[in-house]
Amino acid sequence: MPHDHRHDEPHSLLPSDPALRVKALQTILVRKGLVDPAAMEAILDTYETKVGPHLGAKVVARAWADPDFRARLLADANAAMLELGISGRQGEHVVAVENSADQHNMVVCTLCSCYPWPLLGIPPAWYKSDAYRKRAVREPRAVLADFGVTLPEGTSVRVWDSTAEVRYLVIPARPAGTEGWDEERLATLVTRDSMIGTGFPREAGA
Amino acid sequence: MTAPAPSSFTDPWQAELFALTVALSDAGQFSWPAWTEAFGATLRRHGANRMLDGDEDYFAAWLETLETLLATSGAAPSAETAKARAAWEQAYRTTPHGQPVQPAL
Repeated sequence: MPHDHRHDEPHSLLPSDPALRVKALQTILVRKGLVDPAAMEAILDTYETKVGPHLGAKVVARAWADPDFRARLLADANAAMLELGISGRQGEHVVAVENSADQHNMVVCTLCSCYPWPLLGIPPAWYKSDAYRKRAVREPRAVLADFGVTLPEGTSVRVWDSTAEVRYLVIPARPAGTEGWDEERLATLVTRDSMIGTGFPREAGA
Repeated sequence: MTAPAPSSFTDPWQAELFALTVALSDAGQFSWPAWTEAFGATLRRHGANRMLDGDEDYFAAWLETLETLLATSGAAPSAETAKARAAWEQAYRTTPHGQPVQPAL
């Protein structure tokens, strides 16, 4: 890491402009009691260490392994997630959409970057980029091609546009050759991108 | 757009900004739909003439949106924010390396 302060000034390394502005807001809001530093810490801890695509993978693996759970997930995803101890943030409604031979599902947020946080954590940069947000609805097949995803002729693409209230989870097709696998093993095949619809799960032999 | 990085925050301030915003919404300062609406408008404005990369420029738009919301609501008027920012900068410039940095506010 470059040390960009001058050597005749023994001060601490000056943070970037946005970093200072975030500190400024924090200082003011904490002092006014509008935000609790402990609550912020808890949120940071949750999203940096606890929440991530491994939770979505658990849900998908359960859906693959247990047809009754799959039915419950498609009917009411929030309730089904709770069975696995995964709760949504207040007011967020999760909808699970299942890929089939006829339809491939793909998720975007054209407004900003709404994303199923409780299942996938914080979205990757490409999900938040204009290249994705502006093109996913208009030319989904071209976007999928950028991700190396090619669909069979007869498969249509359905793009789901997330909102602050509704977030989508794609349930990809269960890979061939996984008969008899338990949930834990199945979960290792579920990638983040496969749950956004910009990828496929790993293959059983890979 | 291929081979996305596994980490989602490239800088600690992005994570702090995220946590601050979620905490403020949880505390009732604004609803999440209201936040996404305001944030979406900033992104549209910033992305009108160029393609945003979803990383630095994304969080720059996020920060601008939060500053504007809090200035408008009166929770953090821009003069106060500017003063606090200057105090932090001053503290960083004058605190010897290795000492805890504390703004004089």
